[in-house]
This record gives sequence, C-alpha cells and structure tokens, in this order.
Amino acid sequence: MTTRYFGARVQRNEDERLLTGRALFVDDVELPGMLHAAFLRSPHAHARIRAIDVAAALRREGVVAVYTAEDLGDYWRPGPLLVPPPPIDGSVFNERTQVPLAKGKARHAGEPVALVIAESRYVAEDALADIVVDYEPLPAVVDLERALAPGSSWVHDDLGTNVAARVRQAKGNYAEAAKRADLIIKRRFAYDRGASMPIETRGVVAQWDGKADKLTVWDTTQAPVVIRDGLAAMLGLSERQVRVIAPFIGGGFGPKIMMFYPEEVLVPWAAIRLDRPVKWIEDRAEHFLATTHERGQLHDAEMALAKDGKILGIRDVFLHDTGAYDPYGLTVPINSQCTLLGVYVVPHYDSTFTAVFTNKPTVTPYRGAGRQHGVFVMERLLDIAARALGLDANEIRRRNFIPPEAFPYDNEIIYQDFAPLEYDSGNYAPILEKALALVGYERFVAEEQPRLRAQGRHVGIGVVCYVEGTGIGPYEGAKVQVQASGKVSVVTGIGTQGQGHYTAFAQIVADQVGVDVRDVEVVTGDTDQFYWGAGTFASRGAVVAGNAVNDAAKLVRQKILRTAAAHFECAEEDLVIGNGAVAVAGVPGRAVKLGALAAEANPTRGAVAPGTEPGLEATSYFGPPRGATASGAHAMIVEVDPETFVIAIRKYAVVHDCGTVVNPLLLDGQIHGGVAQGIGNAFYEQLVFDADGQLLNASLADYLLPTALDVPRMDLAHTVTPSPLNPLGVKGAGEAGAIPVGPLFAQALENALDLPAKGIELLEIPLSPNRLWELVKGGGP
Amino acid sequence: MKPAPFRYVAAESIERALALKAEHGDDARFLAGGQSLIPAMNFRLAQPAVVLDINPLRELDFVRAAGAGGLRIGALTRNRTLERDALIAQRQPLVREAVPHVAHPQIRNRGTLGGNLAHADPASELPALMLALGARLRAQSARGERWIEARDFFRGVFTTALRADELLAEVELPGLPPRTGTCFMEVARRRGDYAMMGVAAVVTLGEDDRCTHARLAYCNAGATPVSAASAAQALVGSPLGEGQIHDAAAVAQREIDPLGNVHASKAFQRHLAGVLTRRALQTAVDRAKAGG
Amino acid sequence: MTAELHAITTTVNGTRYSRRVESRLLLSDFIRHDLGLTGTRVGCEHGVCGACTILYDGLPARSCLMFAAQANGHEITTVEGLAPERGRLDPLQEAFRAAHGLQCGYCTPGILLTMKAFLAENPSPSEGEVREALSGNLCRCTGYQHIVDAVLLAAARRHGESPA
Repeated sequence: MTTRYFGARVQRNEDERLLTGRALFVDDVELPGMLHAAFLRSPHAHARIRAIDVAAALRREGVVAVYTAEDLGDYWRPGPLLVPPPPIDGSVFNERTQVPLAKGKARHAGEPVALVIAESRYVAEDALADIVVDYEPLPAVVDLERALAPGSSWVHDDLGTNVAARVRQAKGNYAEAAKRADLIIKRRFAYDRGASMPIETRGVVAQWDGKADKLTVWDTTQAPVVIRDGLAAMLGLSERQVRVIAPFIGGGFGPKIMMFYPEEVLVPWAAIRLDRPVKWIEDRAEHFLATTHERGQLHDAEMALAKDGKILGIRDVFLHDTGAYDPYGLTVPINSQCTLLGVYVVPHYDSTFTAVFTNKPTVTPYRGAGRQHGVFVMERLLDIAARALGLDANEIRRRNFIPPEAFPYDNEIIYQDFAPLEYDSGNYAPILEKALALVGYERFVAEEQPRLRAQGRHVGIGVVCYVEGTGIGPYEGAKVQVQASGKVSVVTGIGTQGQGHYTAFAQIVADQVGVDVRDVEVVTGDTDQFYWGAGTFASRGAVVAGNAVNDAAKLVRQKILRTAAAHFECAEEDLVIGNGAVAVAGVPGRAVKLGALAAEANPTRGAVAPGTEPGLEATSYFGPPRGATASGAHAMIVEVDPETFVIAIRKYAVVHDCGTVVNPLLLDGQIHGGVAQGIGNAFYEQLVFDADGQLLNASLADYLLPTALDVPRMDLAHTVTPSPLNPLGVKGAGEAGAIPVGPLFAQALENALDLPAKGIELLEIPLSPNRLWELVKGGGP
Repeated sequence: MKPAPFRYVAAESIERALALKAEHGDDARFLAGGQSLIPAMNFRLAQPAVVLDINPLRELDFVRAAGAGGLRIGALTRNRTLERDALIAQRQPLVREAVPHVAHPQIRNRGTLGGNLAHADPASELPALMLALGARLRAQSARGERWIEARDFFRGVFTTALRADELLAEVELPGLPPRTGTCFMEVARRRGDYAMMGVAAVVTLGEDDRCTHARLAYCNAGATPVSAASAAQALVGSPLGEGQIHDAAAVAQREIDPLGNVHASKAFQRHLAGVLTRRALQTAVDRAKAGG
Repeated sequence: MTAELHAITTTVNGTRYSRRVESRLLLSDFIRHDLGLTGTRVGCEHGVCGACTILYDGLPARSCLMFAAQANGHEITTVEGLAPERGRLDPLQEAFRAAHGLQCGYCTPGILLTMKAFLAENPSPSEGEVREALSGNLCRCTGYQHIVDAVLLAAARRHGESPA
C-alpha cells in the first residue's frame, strides 16, 4: 500500500468553506420563531440570595419568560461529576458540582441567577436590568492559604471546610533519600494560569420539534456525544430523540469540553417548555466569568540531589485552586503531579496536593491541563540545583534523562486516566541536543552574548524539557463508507475545533482506500451521524479517533478487495487499488470504479450472504489501555530592556516528538498555537481577582492575549519515537507548545538580567515588566 | 453586550446638531468615530438617551496650514489622516510619531482627533500631545464659539471643559519654532494598548544650543494628561546635557500623579516616567541639533 | 414603547440593501442576522479582537463598533465579497490555504479583509510590517506564523516571485 498522503503536508479540505465565510458556527444558526436567552449573573463572588423579583422583567414588551431556580422544580439539580476521584488510597474528595441557577447562594461572580427569554438578545439584556435580587454579600474566599485557615468563610457551607480534595502519591521513600543527599533545594513556586479565550465564545441553540418528537441542539462543545447522553437523561428523552451538533467551533482549548454548563442544561429545557427554538450566545464579558478557567497552584517543593547532579528524590506539597465547584474531578492537579516527573529519572517521589474551593469561576482543563505547573517546578528546581552544584543547566538535565533503553518506563504513580503512569517510548537526549543546535546555543553563549553584553544589551537564553501525556482512552470510533458516487465518507464521534480533523482523517483513509484526499468527506461532531465517543480533549484526537479511522479504513479496504475479487472472478492478490478504482494488475481495461463497486455491494435483488453486510462500509473502535507520551524541548533567546523590562524574543526553537506524524503542516500549526498560548501565560495573561473575588480585568483590553507582534517566528524540528500503543504509532501534540513556556521564560530572563548573580530567582509565573522591575529592585511594589 | 435603547439622529448640519445638543444637554452624546463611545455603550457603561451622529458633517474633517508653520485640524479628522497627512508630517512630527501608537489601524480608520480629545481618557496619547504642543481647541455651540487652551481643556477622567451644549469643532496647533526637536515615546504591554506611561517632549534650542523652550507632557500619569511644568522650566537656559536631562526626569517624576492599574503599579509608572523622560528628551535634543 | 426605526440603504458586496433598522442595532448584528451574511464573526463586541472587521468605504473597520443606521449610503465589503465566484478563491484566500494560515477559521474573515486593504497599500511588505498590520487582529489558534507566511506568499505571488 503506497502512502501518498500520510505524513504529507496536505492542504486542508475544510479551508475553502472557512475562507469564504460559508462555514456554520453555532451563532449562524437561524430558526423560524427563534427566541434569545440572557442570564442574570451574580455581581458578588459570595452572597446569600434572599429574594428575586422578576415581575418588572416579565412586564417588559418582548420578554417571553423569566426563570429562577425555583421555577425549575425537579429539573434543578447539581451537574454530574465528569471525572471521579482517582483510585488512590487515603484520598479525600468532596464532590460539589455546578448548578443550573444559583439557589440560596451564589458562589462566584458570574454565577447564573436567572434566565430571561425574549424576542431578541437586546431586549433580553434590557430585562436583566429589571430583575431585582436581594443579595446578602458574604466574605469571599479568594486566597488559597487563607481559605484553609481557621475562621475562613466556606464556599460550601455543609462541608465545614474549603478542602475539595487531598491526594498523595508516592514512590520509594523520599525521607530516606533526602538523608543521603549532598544537596537539598527547597523553594516555593507560584504558578498562575488563565483563561482559554477562544475567539468564539460559547453558545447553545436548541430546537424542539413536537411533531417529530425530536430535540436538536447546536452546542460549541468538544464532546457532543456525552452532551447528547446527558441531555437525554436529564430531559427524560431517549438518546435517539436527541441530536447534538457541534458544527465548526471557533477554538476549544479545553473549557468547551467542560459540561454540563448551566446554559447547556437550561436552553434545551426552555426550548421544550416554550415550544420555540432558543438561542444563547455568550458575550465576551460573560465569557470571563461563565466559562471555566485554569488557575493557580502554590508549590512548596524540594529536590534532593547527589553532588553529580543526579536527582535522588522530590517532595512536593501544593495547593490547587479549583474554584467554586469541582465537576472535572482532579484531572488538573493529577496532571501537575504526574507531569512534574518529566523526562527524568526520579527514584523517590512524594507529592501531596490539596484542592481548594474558592469563590471564583470553576477550574477545568485548559490546554496543558495542569502539566505546566509540574514542569515549572521541576525545571526551576533543576536550574537552581545546577547553579548550586556548579553544573551547566543542560548537563544536569542530561544526567537525569530516562535512558532510551528504559522504555516502557513505569513511573509508579497513577495518571489522569487512572492507569499507571507508564511512558510508552521516548528518547530525550537527542531532543535536547537538537534544540541546542537549532537555537545556536554554543555560538550564542560563547560569542553573541558576550559581544552584546559588552554593548550594554541584556540578552539571555533558556532551554527546558518536558513530557506531554497524550492519547488516553476510553475510546473513539469511526465509520468509513465508500458511497455510490465514489466519494468516501468518514464519520467519527469527536468534534473539531480547528485541529484539521477533516484533513488528517481524510489522509489516513485516502491512503488505505486509494482515493484522492479531496474525495474523502469527514463528518465530526454530529451525534446523528456517529453514536459513540468521548470527545476532543487531552491531545487524543489524532491518536484515538485517528486509529479508529485507520482501522475502519483497513476493513473497508479488505471489503473492497473481496468485492472486487468476486466482481473480476480473480484472486485478491491480483488486484491493485488506486485513483478511486480497483484494477486487475497488468490487465488494461479490467478496472472498476469504487463507486460502482459500492453500488454492486448493495444489491436490490438477490441476497446479502449471511455474516456479511451491504455496501463498502466498516465501523471500528480504538481504545488504548494507556496514553502515549510525547516529549520535547523549547529554547529561547530573549532581550530585555534593563530599564523598562520590555522584552523582545530574538529566537524561539521547538523540538518535538509526537511519534509518527500524520500531517506536518497541521502539526506545526498546533505547536505554533500552543507556544503562543504559552507566551501569553508566561508574560501577558493574568486573571486579576481582588480580595472580594471581583475580576478586575474582564475585557480583552485588559486581559492581554498575545498579538502577532508578541509571538516570534519559531524554528521547529522533530524527532520520532513511534508509540507502540497504537498501529499508527502516533502520539498527541495539541498541548505541547503550551506546556514548558513558563520555566523557559524564567530561565531566559534570569540569564538576560544576570539575576542569579544578584541573588534574585524567578519562582513565579506570569511575569511582566512591572513584576520584573519589582523583583530586580528588591522587595515588593 | 448590546447597548441600551436610545434615539439615533444623523446630523444634517452643524446647526441642527448643535440645536439638538442644546436641547438634550448631557443626555445626548455626539457620535464621531465611535471607537470609545460604542464600546462603553455595549458594556452599558454609557447609556445616552440620544446619539447625534456627526459623521455626515464632512466640513469638520480637514487639515489646513495656519499662520507660520501652524495647523488647523477639524475635529472629525480621522486618526488615519493624522498618520498620513503630508502637512502634519512636515509641521508636526510629534503627531506623526505618536498616532501610530493609538490602538490599531482599524480603530484609526474610524477614530477622530476630536472624539479622542473629547473622550479625555488620561491614558490616551493625543491629549498629552495637545498639552505638549500648546494646542487651542475650538468649542462650538448654538450660542457661539470659544477657544480653550489645552491646559484648561482636560479637567478629570473622561471630563473636559466642554459645556453640555458644546461640540469640539477644531484644534489649532501653533507652528514649531526653528531648531525645535520633538519626541514621543511610550511603554505599553502590547502595541496599540494604552501606554503604561507615555511622554511627549518638545525642546527648542537657541543659537548657542541652550534651551529656549521645553515642554514635557505625559499620558497615564494622572486623572488628566499632565504637563511637567517645573521640570520643563528647569531646562530653559540649560545646555540640555546629560545631567540636566537626568534632573528634569527626576523632577517630572515628582510632578506626575499616576493612578496605577492592573498592568502597572503607581511606583512602576513613576519609574517608567523617569526612564522615558530621559530617553525622549535626549532624542528631542538630538533632533533639534540635527535641524529640528 | 416600540423602538424607532430608520430606513437605510447600504451596499454590501456590490448589492444594495434597503432595510429598516432599530437605532441600537449593531452593524455586526445587521450584517450577520438581518442580511444573513454570517461570515463576519463576533468575538468581543468591544473592538479589540478584530473578528468583526469589514471594509467600510474600502477601509478596515470594526463592525461591532458601528450602528447599522450609520451605514446608510455607505459601502461595505464582507468576506463573502472576496471570492470571485463559488468554487474559486481570491488570491489572498488561496495563499491562506496554501500556507495553513487558519485553524478554526473564526478570526480569518476579519484578517482577510484587514490584509487585503493592507496589501493594497503595501504591496511588498516586510515580515515586521505584516505583523504590525496584523496586530489589531487576535488569533488564538495559529500563533500567527502561518498567517504571516500566507500574507507574504500572497504578496510574492502578486509580483510573480517565489516567497523568501
């Protein structure tokens, strides 16, 4: 089988529609009689709700309905727990999930309190101002350490604590290892994240057809199948009565897989109740508070080392801000816990985290999903240890890499998929060497840096390493079908938010089935087209759905050969598939188009033999027992103005290993995009909450997304250690770009400003000109 | 984020617009570029009862030479024009240097000089420029017109000397004397953002290369654009050497009163003011010596 | 109290539309929902992200920062007006496809129109100039590199060169 498309830089099938504006996004859905929803949201981070008076809103012309928690009756209930706590002995987990409308108490600014349905969004917003809510503000729980101190207000009164969870994972015996250490480094690290801020906000449109007895929901979700199942259960419908469509989605990045958001739960309910379609489109101001964030952790970490720089062990105790609710379980902090180990041998590890409820919007995974925090701690500890031991920062890493012969490598703790954290394959030293070469490390340190420093310029370099756990189960499925037209359709249950599934999956199928990649039509995100699936998250699309697609395509290829052999009355070995047809090898003129073959396989007379199916179609599922581990290194040269602390990135290099690559063009795009978000996280983006839990920078003018002037041109290179866990050998790549940028900035900026010589360490993210100035001049503001 | 209801009127003439403004006073807002007013309305931070669209009043969009090296610029002149106009580039290089820092090209295509000044955001670049250049602003109403000095125009955050029935119609910039050097510099988090600190420096040299005139004006340095009059005054008569520039920067740091924000503390803003003053003054002096 | 309506006539992509619009109807909503031209996207409604950028009398402008009523007598170009016909792409769009200058595609229409106007004024831009011109459009997916490549490719193709 010749691979013409797999591994090639194929242009995307979906681009023409997106480039001409003829692609359907949720807000493009227009239905006759459609109503519009707006939510009244709590202005307080923490408040008792004493009374809600909606009378004036109901009187407003154009308002059709107003609902509060009381109006929902039995429909009101906390959402499902999406990810249960890990099966780790001694864990504490307090499940508290979000509710459709606040009842009795609001737990974060922006929590929905009432729903208005009106003839237009304009009128609905007018009606929000008509609603009078009697709030009794309560002290807001904002700071993580104070949340756990006696006397703190409780986010969930019945719990008597703000502890959402406590989990300890350990291997070996750190205490013993520390006794043997030549050096122990101990530091406190503060790593803050931010909001995903896709350019498209969330939205839900629901239409109930009372005659067909069918509910159709358009949702900006990354997991349409799970939404379908959940809505059916909540609304008392059968799953086959509910169709969820995730059309083109304008960026996902994680928070769009959080479910069941209040709006997702209420808009369909209202549509059924009012028997009219209802649309809700989140505006940007709402998005800052209504869509989940990923936020801060506070680590007290220590590393024990031998004097040759070998890590003996690490102990880490950290706090994790989970926000007002914890529907996504402990995925984010467990990722932090696991990803801290990185590419290194850590014989003894003792990691304990406490997830803390706060009066802020809920935290759920956002591109990197907690891995950033772990990588920051590890890479910073290594940098500090290197200095203390007089070792080169790259050398200390080399000495601790997991050697290439040690795979599969068992880290002896449990990962977010509840399977043991076992790295399937990897080879880390060449990645570092390649990154050093790509960024021109030797020449920079030996020549350029001294020369520029002599001119009074402050330039520095940083290099960091990381792993990315990808491609976890439970499974995905795909159906491949050759149609009578000769085009091939592929359907899968996941959704697409820009990753290029329409092309990557087409490439896989086109090679297997012998057609032009442009003749493969991919459908994702429609539950009427494919019934089963988990969703697009955790860098698993290409790995899990991609392998299901590949498998189904192989089955279709076998059917093609079988059918064609019967058609030509020859042996399958004599056949050649390609160019949309099957031909008998070496016999010109004996060929049949795939479309014709498909029609033959679907007879109108005769019989379909027992044990076979009509058509040239196959469905296949792929469920990896554990995730595949990608890895990489980032390197950066940065210049800092020593007076204003404005930065300019002079060079940025990424070496990435995600196993076999389906489409290098798409992969590059994923890396670029991830790095851009990483740069935002490291130096521009911060959600600034005050002591009352108010978000002070809730607009794009003040929550700073990097622009084309802030993101540099990047040099990319790849190494390939295929994954033995799936037939394609692929590993995920969606989050890699975003993961190591924090420690990279810290290292490079320390180098540029010569901070270690001044006794200054960068132990926090994000940084900014203001923060650098404060740290350099010593002390606080 | 949809605006609250209002009555929209497209102005047919300046007279009609002024009559309506006189009728509604502060309940009516002029709509020029809309790049500041409409976001505020979308956030419902501004809810005028009447919006008077003056974009049809093309006669307010002009750039004309006035007097010796001076300029008269209509209030409806787009920032895009300020950036590209040959007369402005020639006579007011400070404007030419500062305008590209104002937001982004799409915003500058619509935003106007008058709209920006009347909005009076102390973080905005153009109000500081007006102080540095000693501009005069013409306010027009149904009652007549009056000229207001820039230093009297900006009264507080989003507050100007314009009365409830007045329209800012025109700005006059006096010509720069020979051997004048100007420089605008700012530090912002990203290109196009409001500056964390910005300074407009103007220095004029006598034949002996000593300073005969100086102005230093800052944006995001207080509730209004701030003119560091003492710092500037101290430079007059000096040879504008490194020491004098350094001292002027220190004085200016004490004259401003930055408010601090999520991106920059007051202390950092003050620090930046010192840095930018030194750099902008030095550049302005170099430019003055090179030919002004 | 029923809202006051204004009769407007505006030309969009060469077609004249006469409608009656409420005072406060944003131009972005008018284009998307009244005219059904949904290619113009809405990302923030406060003029920062650039997704709603259209050409207004030939110049890029944020349609979320204008009222439909203002567009009376003016000309608008949206992304739907770029391609010469269905099935064919304008050269800038072609370059975006070739260079993988889009992922989710949501910010793309605003960027296409901004860049179209930019290239008309700057037919041979440097990378730095492209990035500066692009700085008023936010993209969260691509990291901008392939967008810059696409614009440089389009510029080079106009001159019959191969891109650097």
